[in-house]
Amino acid sequence: MSAPNVHSDAHQAPHPKLQHHFHNMAQQLEASILGMWVFLVTEVMFFGGMFMAYLLYRTMYPDAWLAGSNELNEVLGGVNTLVLIVSSLTMALAVRAAQVGARMAQIANLILTIIFGSIFLIVKYFEYAAKFEHHLVPGAHFDPARDPAQQLYFSLYFMLTGIHALHMIVGIVLLFIMLRMAWKHQFNADYFTPMEVTGLYWHFVDIVWIFLFPLLYLIGKHH
Amino acid sequence: MSHVSSKGLYYTIFASLCVLTVVTVAIARVDLGAMNTPIALAVAVTKAMLVILFFMGVKYNTPLTKVVAASGFVWLIILFGVTMGDYLTRGWLGVPGR
Repeated sequence: MSAPNVHSDAHQAPHPKLQHHFHNMAQQLEASILGMWVFLVTEVMFFGGMFMAYLLYRTMYPDAWLAGSNELNEVLGGVNTLVLIVSSLTMALAVRAAQVGARMAQIANLILTIIFGSIFLIVKYFEYAAKFEHHLVPGAHFDPARDPAQQLYFSLYFMLTGIHALHMIVGIVLLFIMLRMAWKHQFNADYFTPMEVTGLYWHFVDIVWIFLFPLLYLIGKHH
Repeated sequence: MSHVSSKGLYYTIFASLCVLTVVTVAIARVDLGAMNTPIALAVAVTKAMLVILFFMGVKYNTPLTKVVAASGFVWLIILFGVTMGDYLTRGWLGVPGR
């Protein structure tokens, strides 16, 4: 009374990318998206602590905030905002290309996203260099003619934009890994989870900047 | 198996984000008194919602993912609300050392 090959014709062969603890590819993708969002919530709270410090000290030292903000280069900040929005578009198109299995579109859009992300960081480098030249970096060399409270503003400026830039660098590393996977035909309509999750991360970093730009660069423009 | 948005939708969202960026720069030049920052934040929240719903595709995710995504911002509001509720009311008692 043996039952050989009881499973052989009852099921299709599982997808090679399906891990054994998931029922099917759809559940696996859903679990990954949910897991990524849990991580992004911790990121929201991580940046949230710095935004909290921004809100509190801006309430305490409103004049220092306006004077500090007016030292930032609004044009470079605005250009970088648009650069990041373009990079989010190309990221969304890269994920879409993975969903429909269009390999060349994945590669092209990933390369464009890497290029726009790099442009953002290069612009940021020139902005930081100008802050050092103008003695706006908090510490021993901060311009003594300025209200010391402005050091709080610039501390938060460097912390917020610096950690944001660090996230951009991590994102670009992830994009290179996705580029390698796309190059090796890893993504198709059945399996594109790494690309989807990398896209979520990249868009999150864009969202942080969407708040940083008006709160850091634009608050003193009407004075 | 999962929702695939049209390229046209992505281009529309992209154009909306560009327009809203121009709007936020333009409004910042007008003196609206205490309303400048709330309006700038309203524009930023609108932009963030466009990115979250369409670029990140939360609109097409499961209800569980939607709740988790929203929870981050709920906790953020609690963080801001409770902390500012503390600092902004410390002067009310007039007790030395508070």
